[in-house]
Amino acid sequence: MSKTKIILGCFDDPDDMMQGITNLQKNSIPIYDVYTPMPIHGIEAKMGVKDSRLGYAAFCFGCLGLTVITSIVYYTLVGDWPQNIGGKPSFAMPDFIPFMFEWTILFTAFGMTFTFFAATHLFPGRAPRVMDLRATDDRFIIAVDAKGNIPHDDITNLLKDAGAVEVKHNERKYVSYE
Amino acid sequence: MKTHNNFDERFEFAGNAKTLSLVGIVLGVIGIAFGFILGGDHIQRVYSNLLLMGYFFVCVCIAGIFFSAYNYVAQAGWSASLIRIPQAFAKVLPIASVILILIITAGLLHTHTVTEHGKTETVPYLYAHWAAHGITTPGSENFDAIIYGKKGFLNIPFFYAVLIVLLGIYSFLGIKMAKFSEAEDTEGGMANYDKIFKYACIFLTIFGFTFPIFAFGVIMSLEAHWFSTMFGWYNLAAMHVSGLAIITLVIIYLQKRGNFSWLNENHLHDMGKLIFGFSIFWTYVWFAQFFLTWYANMPEESVYFYKRWEPEYKWWFWLNIVINFVTPVLALMSRDAKRMRTRLTWVCIILIAGHWLDYYLMIMPGTVESNRGFGVEEIGIFAGFAGLFIFTVLTQIAKAPSLVPKKHPFLQESLHHHR
Repeated sequence: MSKTKIILGCFDDPDDMMQGITNLQKNSIPIYDVYTPMPIHGIEAKMGVKDSRLGYAAFCFGCLGLTVITSIVYYTLVGDWPQNIGGKPSFAMPDFIPFMFEWTILFTAFGMTFTFFAATHLFPGRAPRVMDLRATDDRFIIAVDAKGNIPHDDITNLLKDAGAVEVKHNERKYVSYE
Repeated sequence: MKTHNNFDERFEFAGNAKTLSLVGIVLGVIGIAFGFILGGDHIQRVYSNLLLMGYFFVCVCIAGIFFSAYNYVAQAGWSASLIRIPQAFAKVLPIASVILILIITAGLLHTHTVTEHGKTETVPYLYAHWAAHGITTPGSENFDAIIYGKKGFLNIPFFYAVLIVLLGIYSFLGIKMAKFSEAEDTEGGMANYDKIFKYACIFLTIFGFTFPIFAFGVIMSLEAHWFSTMFGWYNLAAMHVSGLAIITLVIIYLQKRGNFSWLNENHLHDMGKLIFGFSIFWTYVWFAQFFLTWYANMPEESVYFYKRWEPEYKWWFWLNIVINFVTPVLALMSRDAKRMRTRLTWVCIILIAGHWLDYYLMIMPGTVESNRGFGVEEIGIFAGFAGLFIFTVLTQIAKAPSLVPKKHPFLQESLHHHR
């Protein structure tokens, strides 16, 4: 039993990397993930990545922010101690709109940031999960889970055929942990 | 995927579009004639509608220059293959400017008598609040102290100077940019691109500072006692949204005719995003202007909104927000919606109607006041200017040596645009 946990195909050209994905897909080899230093057009469709649901999270956080501020303002300025501002009724909608607008945005922005952190396991004090450090620089990385039933040499050859400059057999999934 | 594009294709302006645009112009003339024949309050309505549509026409042409200028300054690649459309708008600006100045001149020269507070006075049809005879002459029976204090800005020579200088500068820079772009087709190289970049920077600097002054002069001075510093930005937002909607409609129309086959839903997506974003911006500025006035509640400021809350206008006042804010928010929120051609077409048409209503609410309560109407004059004059716009813009597009800037350095980026 090999101790290899993950196989990384390192490419120096995004077109070769796309060819690598095609090769693996033709042979029904599941791809764990792909890491690139820049966005690659059309890669989501090719990999069958589902649309991000971050937008739904944003909507929910926006609604939460709106509800929270409406409750606070209503309770403090209308319910608990009705305020007379400039002789206007205490429940005057235009007064409330800037708060409602700002808190909706505030909650949406922070909520989306925290959702993104949670989904990508980025927290303060935690090392980011990186499989190959050059994926943030000049290498396009295809990661294949080595625990499947496919012989490792086949995966290596398919990646080499597509033009991989290096194929790594890593025993650790993430190299960024000490 | 189609890889070969024929950049030598030309647009031929003929057929239905030409007939309908000419029919529109005829309807406009009928609308004007109808108002003058009926006389009385209808003349005031005709002048107000002419000013509305003249201003709308000028603003849409300016929006074309504005769009191409900020795309060049941002070095945007995506819009390179459609930039000839806003450039055609730019080439129409001189015609639009002359029409607006003629309308204003006619409105200032044509006078009638009104009886207000038991006093009969002779006032022009347009800008009666500051251009009436003797209004800034101390001792005159028409003397108005507030207008007297503003006479440095609100006097006819300065007013014409502002109009001619600003519209002249905008037209000059807009046409120059279009000409450089056409020269680029034959000359190639970066020289023309760099020149457009420089002119676009100059345009945006001048435009940013002067467009509010233009809006203060042409529209805000209709109710010269009132003022709002937000008004210029509010008009900028309205002008930009309606300009974007019209650029999008022209793209969709030309594609229906078989031109611009290289534009696809990715380009429309970007137009949709701009329309969506700037509709929100319009609402933001609209609300800011309303909110400050409402909060401070100073009589001299509140009177503007008081007039618009009369039963005559209140319904339209709220409809304005529904059309120009709620419609794009609901109809263009999702990614897919911005990529649907039919959806985008309808939103654009609704927004054009919406910004017509927006201008209507800026102008009418200060001119026709309670003699408001919506009938032959409004529809006829709208049709007239729509026909004129379609005729002049499509003529310019048909005259352009090529529908695409062939040697634009970012052209490939635009042809392979992807969202």
